[in-house]
Amino acid sequence: MVENVKALLKAHENLPREVYLDNENSTVVPKEVTDAMLPYYSKKAYGNPTLTHKPGWEAFEVIMESAQKISKFMGAKILEEITFTPGATEANNLALMGAAFANKHKGTKIVISEIEPINVLHVTDLLKKFGFTTTKVPVDTEGFLDLEKLKEAVDEETVLASVSMANNEIGTIQPIKEAVDIVKDKNPEILFHTDASDAYGRIPVNVQDLKVDLATVSSYKILGPRGMGALYVKEGVNVDKILEGQVGTQKLWPGVENTPLIVGFTKASELVFQDFEANVAHMRKMRDKLVDGILGELSDVKFNGAKGDKRVPDNANISIMRCEGEALTIELSLKGVYVSSGSACSRRLLQPSHVLVAIGRRFSEAHGSILMKTTRYHTEEDITYVLEVLPSAVNRIRGIVGSTGVD
Amino acid sequence: MSRVPLPYTQKVLDLFRNPKNLGKLDDANVISVAGNPACGDMITFYMKINEQDVIEKISFESYGCAANIATASIVTELIKGLHVENAWKDVTWKKVTEEVGGLPSVKFHCGILAVGAVKRAIRKYYEQKGAVPDWLPKDFTFEEKQALEEEELAQKLSKRLKAAEEK
Repeated sequence: MVENVKALLKAHENLPREVYLDNENSTVVPKEVTDAMLPYYSKKAYGNPTLTHKPGWEAFEVIMESAQKISKFMGAKILEEITFTPGATEANNLALMGAAFANKHKGTKIVISEIEPINVLHVTDLLKKFGFTTTKVPVDTEGFLDLEKLKEAVDEETVLASVSMANNEIGTIQPIKEAVDIVKDKNPEILFHTDASDAYGRIPVNVQDLKVDLATVSSYKILGPRGMGALYVKEGVNVDKILEGQVGTQKLWPGVENTPLIVGFTKASELVFQDFEANVAHMRKMRDKLVDGILGELSDVKFNGAKGDKRVPDNANISIMRCEGEALTIELSLKGVYVSSGSACSRRLLQPSHVLVAIGRRFSEAHGSILMKTTRYHTEEDITYVLEVLPSAVNRIRGIVGSTGVD
Repeated sequence: MSRVPLPYTQKVLDLFRNPKNLGKLDDANVISVAGNPACGDMITFYMKINEQDVIEKISFESYGCAANIATASIVTELIKGLHVENAWKDVTWKKVTEEVGGLPSVKFHCGILAVGAVKRAIRKYYEQKGAVPDWLPKDFTFEEKQALEEEELAQKLSKRLKAAEEK
């Protein structure tokens, strides 16, 4: 199988330009970030932060300082409210399972939105085995949560509500503050979690303003290293740890702290926030150029999700009719443009993106969708190149499709 | 709901980039379709079968992934010029999979769908002709059953979606 991949890679030789837009699924880590991380592998703070020697105390110092910085960026009150986890997947698992288990005596019902990421959806599926039930609140055609339905869904039996601040696929920004008020008005005991992975570094995230109890952020989604994330747990909120092992500085996550990744995540956060307005404006400019170019150039395309200020500035999600998504990602890859698709073609289950289906897109529209996210490092030339190669790529795939599957 | 790595072979990539026998066939006398756009996986075969029951011309269109395109393309090459009886007997999904140098297991269904569509076309040809030969089995083959199953699944999903919308 590795031999196959070698041949696939060979087909990508001599690309005139490469533009990476699949920042939903992994990202380039800038040199400033890796430079900041490197010394922590071999030069300093390589000890275990719970041990009584210099390399341990050095690690303790930098982990605490990092937690302090992340807590400030998230608007938390104290650094103890931050738990570093090996990613947003782990943070969401900890938030949902940990809060559900620790508060089961208050109720066994969990309320989430229909468009939560897989690492929330699947955790609620798992929690069924432990006696919890889940209600999914619908969204409208732009992906906004139905607040009336949310109000109906939460009750005395509800222990936890979880709604992502910005959707990872279509970028829609939810009215989290209103949602928290609705939930807490009905039952102040309910804990509110938000996955803020796609909001952090794009729109202001302040957990105290939002009045959420738990919030997830992800390192790679702000161009930090993969394998790192954090969960905010409001002081006084009970959460059980979900893994057993040697507990150190992270009360909710056992194992040896990964100091270089924590440093990298913190550095990536600093880079985003030190020039926040300019970074966001650049992402938005690149994204708008990309979207306007595609909508202007291609026929039979649909923009997915919210528009304007209610959408995070980096997200572009477009359905291209009569064009199968997986085939298009390969065709674009051969031209040096890297995107992902909501197509089901890699899944035997044959179900396309649940998010696109939830906002009322037909299956064929979901199969033909592509997801792209811009960063502060994209240039005008990058986007121009994408707009140059996309029409011919789409036309070639449409040529293979012909009239097959046109409904 | 989960992703799998898809290390396609050189052959799949070659056929994806340069599919053989692509497009509509104006003088086709049999057209068969398998799959459903709801599954993101659909193939149309156009065939011109002559009076001697030989597949004189064949072409395809595919709404699907690289594996779908490659398997459909290889099927056209495998059966072009064959007597329909040989086409029926020689071309199995396993053979198609081998011919493209292997497929990731989650993509086996692409080859199955392509062969299912061919078998469907051959049945249709004899139905049109009004003379079913002895060698043609009455029961559906594995590939035809699988194609049906996939289409039924797509219909179920579509129905579930419609029901959810009406709620």
